[in-house]
Amino acid sequence: MNLQNLTISAVEKGLRQKDFSCAELVAAYLARINERNQDLNAFITVAEKSAAEEALAVDRKIAVGEKLQPLEGVPFAVKDTLCTHGIRTTAAAKILDNFIPPYDATVIGKIRDNGGIVIGKNNCDAFGHGASNENSDYGPVKNPHDPAKVSGGSSGGSAAAVAADLCAYAIGEDTGGSIREPAAFCGVVGLKVSYGRTSRYGCMPMASSLDTVGPLTKTVEDAAAVMEVIAGVDQYDATTLPEAVPNYRDELKKGIDGLRIGLPREYFAEGLNEEVKSCVMKAVAACEQAGATVEEVSLRHTKYAIATYYIVVPCEDSSNMARYDGLRFGARVTNGDSNDLLRVYTQSRASGLPAEVKRRIMIGAYALSHGYYDAYYLKAQKVRTLIKQDFENVFEKVDALITPTYPGLPFGIGELVDNPLAMYLADVLTVPANLAGVPALSVPCGKVGTLPVGAQIIGPRFKEDIILRIGRAMEREM
Amino acid sequence: MANLTKADIEHLAHLSRLELTDAEKDLYAHQLSAVLEYMEILNEVNTDGVEPTAQVTGLQDVYREDVVHDCPKDSREEIVALFPDAEGAALKVPAALIHNKAASMAEDDDDEKDFT
Repeated sequence: MNLQNLTISAVEKGLRQKDFSCAELVAAYLARINERNQDLNAFITVAEKSAAEEALAVDRKIAVGEKLQPLEGVPFAVKDTLCTHGIRTTAAAKILDNFIPPYDATVIGKIRDNGGIVIGKNNCDAFGHGASNENSDYGPVKNPHDPAKVSGGSSGGSAAAVAADLCAYAIGEDTGGSIREPAAFCGVVGLKVSYGRTSRYGCMPMASSLDTVGPLTKTVEDAAAVMEVIAGVDQYDATTLPEAVPNYRDELKKGIDGLRIGLPREYFAEGLNEEVKSCVMKAVAACEQAGATVEEVSLRHTKYAIATYYIVVPCEDSSNMARYDGLRFGARVTNGDSNDLLRVYTQSRASGLPAEVKRRIMIGAYALSHGYYDAYYLKAQKVRTLIKQDFENVFEKVDALITPTYPGLPFGIGELVDNPLAMYLADVLTVPANLAGVPALSVPCGKVGTLPVGAQIIGPRFKEDIILRIGRAMEREM
Repeated sequence: MANLTKADIEHLAHLSRLELTDAEKDLYAHQLSAVLEYMEILNEVNTDGVEPTAQVTGLQDVYREDVVHDCPKDSREEIVALFPDAEGAALKVPAALIHNKAASMAEDDDDEKDFT
């Protein structure tokens, strides 16, 4: 019995046909986690007990011939910034080392209500702050394709876990590339949804106007399968929209004949690694082969996206991080008078939050200060409008865009840690989609040596179906 | 404009309720200045007459019925168990209002300071 490299559809089929039991499946993943996690560091918490119990419940249903729900019995991993009821959720920061959420994030609750099994919680950059998974209080995640390289971030543990087959799929969070960049670095599929397509409730907030929750999977079809379960309106997140959720897997069957694809010249500019470019161009050729037409387009405010993003993010971040104060939950630390409120705040936060969190809180406090608000935050919000309009204009001409997900290959562990600005620039090709609120998918499109390369497909708002179709065509032709 | 001194960092750390070591203050002064300097690239963009974007959904005033929803029966115990300090089922916190401490008043005044 081969329980390796199973896609979601293969797991669902295998369980229904009784090729293997859910208990055997969970045991196989737990054994691999046990074997590989010490090296990869992809999981902070492994939910051995609850996963094994839930597997038995699924097996009992199968035994009596009850129909299984979509994703039922499929073991998945969850980024540790998403709350899981009864399973420790640290956000990769010491201040939440003992935090056991009293509820599930909506997206996780939808999957668990269907019978999906949480196998464990993935390491990440603390609170999602980073592009390399090195800003974690639990240590960096290693890239399964080369342990000297970063996994990408912030959902690095999730991407590494999917790539190393330590789970069938994972749920991550993307504010500026946190699903797509690690997906590209680890050679898996990662979908950043349109803002408002999935609920953010129970996802620890970073930049509330940009945060999105989405899947990391082995195939595009799997991403479609997860989306059918997790997308939709949520009464607990007032920014979700009531648009109908398509049957994404059926949509894939339409193919891409006649679709118009744009290649934005700003994304293929100076600084792009030639070998990465050639992998992406092969993916573009695959789309042409499948019947799409390709033309060059322009998104002229692209070069301002990073500066815009790294003002908007810390401003929203610094407000969101105020809740980690050591008072109601999380670690309360005082060296001295535990009745001195100011000391409780300053010391709990000093000892419980990693450096990048501190930097962002202070940049946000600065940019929102009296006298600086207009020059930084308001200015950035205006440029954000121009970036968003670039996408609206280009999508009148083409159905989707193809770009590299990242302009180079995965970098080395330790290479950028002392230079926050260089780390911020790593997000150059992924942040524009978040600022505009549009969906974007990273699909593996080849390797340079042992290292994977990702192609990014960006579509109009709520057109996840189109970018999934293009991703599927790439996968098929390559 | 973006050359942060150690004193600026101390002020930002106070606003942010973060205790920093001397080494951290020097490091962050240097790192944050570099980040803020990069942001000046936005001055190249003409934004006259451009409306700011605070959110992209187009939604306005989302309401729901003001009704109480049930929560799982163990929620109360699970939340109480997370309290860093408790007396019975009550959350225990340091006093927020202090009477005779001039020092804490001075700190509050300091919050009004700006960088101009």
